[in-house]
Amino acid sequence: MPMDKNTSVLIVDDYKTMLRIIRNLLKQLDFENVEEATDGTEALAKMRAGNFGLVISDWNMAPMTGLDLLKEVRADARLKSTPFIMITAESKTENVVAAKQAGVSNYIVKPFNAETLREKIEKVMAHA
Amino acid sequence: MPDGIAPVSAGATPEEARIEAAVRAVLGSLSGDMTAMEAALLAELEGLGRTVARAKQEIASLRVDDITLSHIPSATDELDAIVGHTAQATNEILDCCETLEGVATRVGGTEADALAAVVTRIYEACSFQDITGQRIGKVVTALKAIEARVAQVTARFGAVAGAAIAQGAEPPPAADAAAEPETEGRRLAHGPQLPGAGVSQADIDKLLADFD
Repeated sequence: MPMDKNTSVLIVDDYKTMLRIIRNLLKQLDFENVEEATDGTEALAKMRAGNFGLVISDWNMAPMTGLDLLKEVRADARLKSTPFIMITAESKTENVVAAKQAGVSNYIVKPFNAETLREKIEKVMAHA
Repeated sequence: MPDGIAPVSAGATPEEARIEAAVRAVLGSLSGDMTAMEAALLAELEGLGRTVARAKQEIASLRVDDITLSHIPSATDELDAIVGHTAQATNEILDCCETLEGVATRVGGTEADALAAVVTRIYEACSFQDITGQRIGKVVTALKAIEARVAQVTARFGAVAGAAIAQGAEPPPAADAAAEPETEGRRLAHGPQLPGAGVSQADIDKLLADFD
């Protein structure tokens, strides 16, 4: 199933350079409708105010982490089915298991490559 | 005085004098003759007490204010500067990449594809700034924990740290994590693992597949 390039994507990371890198990689995949947030609290507010078809989030942010954002999203009746990809340097098995149990759609460990990002987006969008 | 118990030296510190007084009190409470072994044991105890007293004085005389007011803040400032400089450099590189993407659009064809491939590799490489920033953040947290622990130990054994704080010095900050609510996400936020310590993307994919 081809990716819908009109999908609104929210990228969440506390490193501005990382937001810029992911935005540019998404642009290469023809995603032009991209918004940014620098932590879970800001992301949740944007999600509740908007209509995003995909969230790509870091884990380690303050005050709200990516995992806590994921739990909030999955507990929200309107947002709970939003595809959610975690892109993080957290690479312990317990992190992956916790994210999966919280309902993550896919999990990418940093540093990552563009092909992995494309592959995971394609996969989660196909199941959306 | 039983054999083996040395008299107080003229230069004994108040702490040493207090220890000797305690030892003398113990000796005074003993009835009957002491055995040679008991006397030797008491002499050992007194020597141990003097060693502990000297160690306490040495710890108390450490220039902990240098550590908490100068060395560690200076080290954390330097590390913050590293993060700032690498972020600035990364942004410059990203500016160049975006310019190259504009050039690729204009030239078209195989040259454009080659440029796009190279730019993608640069984007991937630039994610180092995030990883190094997180690693430096872990070092800063460790330095702050050391700073707090040094101040605690010194304050326990002497008034130096307490005096520094009383003179207007800021007490060492509590660990940042303590200021934030302890959620599962926070508890599991370990930061980047050392090479070989974490699981690979292939392992993660397999793990996720096992859930499905």
